[in-house]
Amino acid sequence: MARLVDYVLNGRPRVDAVPDNVLLLDYLRETVGLTGTKTGCDGGECGACTVLVDDTPRLSCLTLAASVAGRRVDTVESLGNDGRLSAVQRGFHEKLGSQCGYCTPGFIMASVGLLRRNPQPSDDEIKEALGSNICRCTGYVKIIEAVKYAATLGTQGVAP
Amino acid sequence: MHTSLSSDHPHPFPLPTRGRGTERACSMNEVVPTRNIGDYVPMVDGPEKVSGHAKYTADLAVAPGTLAGRIYRSPYAHAEIIDVDVSAALKLPGVKAIVTGAECDKTFGVLPIARSEHPLARDKVRYRGEPVAAVAAVDDATAKAALALIRMTVKELPAYFTAADALAPGAVQLHIKKPGNVERDVSFELGSVEQAFAEADLVREASYNCAEVCQNQMEMHAAVARYDAERDRMTVHASTQVPYYVHLMLSQILAMDMSKIRVVKPHVGGGFGCRTETLNVELIAALLARKAKGSVRLVINREETFITHRGRPETDIRLKIGLKKDGRISGVECECIQRGGAHSGYGVVTILYSGSMLYAIYDLKNVKYVGKRVLTNTPPCGAFRGHGTVDVRFAFESLLDQLANELDLDPVAVRRANYLPQPGARPTFTDNDLMVASYGLPDCIDWVERESGWRERRGKLPKGKGLSKGLGFACSHYISGASKPVNWTGEPHATVKIKLDFDGSVVVLSGAADIGQGSSTILVQTVAEVLGLDMSRVRVVTGDSEVVPKDNGSYSSRVTFMVGNAAIEAARNLKAVLVAAAARKLETRPEDIECLGELYRAGAQDKGLTFNEVVVEALKDSGTVTVTGNYSTIPDSHGGNKYRGAAIGGTMGYSYSAQVVEVTVDDETGVVTVDKVWVAHDCGKALNRLTVEGQVQGSVWMGMGQAISEETGYHDGLLVTGNMLDYRVPTIQDSPPIEVGIVESNDPNGPFGAKEAGEGSLAAFLPAFTNAIADAAGVRFNDLPVTPDRVYAAIEKQRRAKGNGGG
Repeated sequence: MARLVDYVLNGRPRVDAVPDNVLLLDYLRETVGLTGTKTGCDGGECGACTVLVDDTPRLSCLTLAASVAGRRVDTVESLGNDGRLSAVQRGFHEKLGSQCGYCTPGFIMASVGLLRRNPQPSDDEIKEALGSNICRCTGYVKIIEAVKYAATLGTQGVAP
Repeated sequence: MHTSLSSDHPHPFPLPTRGRGTERACSMNEVVPTRNIGDYVPMVDGPEKVSGHAKYTADLAVAPGTLAGRIYRSPYAHAEIIDVDVSAALKLPGVKAIVTGAECDKTFGVLPIARSEHPLARDKVRYRGEPVAAVAAVDDATAKAALALIRMTVKELPAYFTAADALAPGAVQLHIKKPGNVERDVSFELGSVEQAFAEADLVREASYNCAEVCQNQMEMHAAVARYDAERDRMTVHASTQVPYYVHLMLSQILAMDMSKIRVVKPHVGGGFGCRTETLNVELIAALLARKAKGSVRLVINREETFITHRGRPETDIRLKIGLKKDGRISGVECECIQRGGAHSGYGVVTILYSGSMLYAIYDLKNVKYVGKRVLTNTPPCGAFRGHGTVDVRFAFESLLDQLANELDLDPVAVRRANYLPQPGARPTFTDNDLMVASYGLPDCIDWVERESGWRERRGKLPKGKGLSKGLGFACSHYISGASKPVNWTGEPHATVKIKLDFDGSVVVLSGAADIGQGSSTILVQTVAEVLGLDMSRVRVVTGDSEVVPKDNGSYSSRVTFMVGNAAIEAARNLKAVLVAAAARKLETRPEDIECLGELYRAGAQDKGLTFNEVVVEALKDSGTVTVTGNYSTIPDSHGGNKYRGAAIGGTMGYSYSAQVVEVTVDDETGVVTVDKVWVAHDCGKALNRLTVEGQVQGSVWMGMGQAISEETGYHDGLLVTGNMLDYRVPTIQDSPPIEVGIVESNDPNGPFGAKEAGEGSLAAFLPAFTNAIADAAGVRFNDLPVTPDRVYAAIEKQRRAKGNGGG
């Protein structure tokens, strides 16, 4: 069965006929064509597919697309700052929180979720918020620096 | 003029804050070349990655009608194939093509001497999960349904999941040409270990076991193959570290002329060595596309990516070291057995590295090495970051620590007593003929000793109340690219082209594969540096065989050294063209032209020409300017011939690393927490301090994964750890601060003095970690990974022994 799903994707209202058994991850990538959200595992292991649903980080590989009806979904493609990178994106770029970049959209969305609810997180709060995302390149040291830098930019008015 | 752009530079490539060019731009009218080498430079492709616009293979927009590929894998670990029946699957509506091993009798493999593997098994299957057939269908669900209809008839054979079982007398051979299931036996003795042990003050022997580990890079393997039946051309996009190898192997497997093939490497989500070899994934995608006469997208899942493997083999080591009271190592005897998996892969090279790389870090005189690479019914191993060196280095540095403690010597002082002669105008050569042209190990050791407070804090950290703290120390090293390429063609080791056109942009063309390590950034930096230009003027194009020159690829940490040197030569050649053009225009001699990046002039009083004006002049006669830079290694670096395989380990430059690891051991739970790591890495010269730090931290952390939790597991050959929960990778919450000290020994042959930075620091973590546990809790772990259950059991055993002793 498919049903009409009426929701807001990256700030724009959208209605799609979505089969009941399609995952949000596959729907975003294959139907909408937003490939910034990555598939990194066979389900719920790595966090690469993290998106925000009503500002809360969610694993899109464990979320049915049909379940976002009436909600707001934000992917990495929604971020930006008047055509330039957002604070979290700048953090990951300038502080090398991203090497191969494959886990990066998931880390960024989990970090954006964190900074939207807690603009000045401690190291432990950052670790807790990113605890279900796996990165294989960085050793996480520069990811923590990236999020802290983004928080600093936040105090200067740059959106996460 | 573009030299004063630093304050309002457009965002994607913000100028480094420590830029020497910025510091020098002191007066309004002074024009200086822009510099970037040695700065903190974000990656040139960072904006794509953080915005989600970077396209990895699975993200590529595919043509309408592109088919979905799926692989049918062997449920048997070792069997003769009697029949693979795909007739029912073929009848399923939507199935467009099925290929089996019967249709391809060609073999592939990374080493020209050991190409033992079929993309789809023929005659025999040798591990559970080996590809047997593949389906291309209109969608993934149909392809998946078709797999369920494939029937395989076999005669099962005894299967061997350990090296010992495969080596047992009477074991059935996996490969007809490999009696006893030995892929390769290697051995050498230089000096006399017998005499060395007789002269030692203390000789100790121990056995070590390191579990098999897997790269587990974040992007799962993927390929998109497009066959143009009208022109008989094949285009393959693949997640690879070496597009050139993929090109070679596609030609071999498809029996197609290489000129009919195009290989494209999109963004790649890590590799750590498993994508050095051409994998069956890209070959199968191409076979399917040709048969379907169309396009096929083959993206395998995480479990299949684990099964495709090419990780570090399970390794058993027996090691014996003799030490004198003055700390000198008198002799080393090492036996190494690697469970290589079902195919040759890199096996011969791995087992040779394990022996040759005993050298080139300390001054060893008497060394005996016996290595055995074994074929087993498990997924094939390959080259994993620190290729061949990691497990042996773990054993070596562990035993050395144990010997030092027994002789009551400071482990740091023991390393100092064994330094290689410092290379001067002439390089130092090891006893096995490896050329050491720069040697920053002493500075690395000094740095970690000082920064960690080793002398003041060691042995004085708080103990008791169920928690013990300890410090451990160890060293490691690695090559900056194997001096001899795998495929010896007589070409230079690396070639870079630069194109300069009417728009004044400098475009670097290179086949070097950026897989996240930042090689494209280094190429832009080197070319910009030589020309004195801002990096924003320089663009880089890589990874498309139709456009870029061939490159030997991203393996053995060769790119910065080899391709970096080629890029410098290309940039110098371009500079010569520009200087000649400026001289023509200014009616002076080229040697009188001063190149200031954005300004070329004949003396300080000359108004000069802008870069764009010089470009216009340079293009007048020739049109678009293209220049080439090459790099070839020198014969002295190729290793010797004292024993068979002695060339393995030869490189232009060795990196060095020293580490101190601080741990807390919880006696009640066996959990070991890594509190902090101090690591110093001699990378010759940090071309980019930001990416050097990132590479070193990533190496240390990957070593930590192997040390604390990572291991593959099989049940009757079935991989039971094919996901990131059972194959336990450290999370951000398990991971310590890693403080990096960059040591610059300024290698005489390296680009701007640089050597490798991405592998050498991995190995030292493992022994520094177990040495720290020995310091903290008095128990020594020779088997990896050191999981809490192993720690708890060892502490409990020690407790009982003490209890018994007291009672």
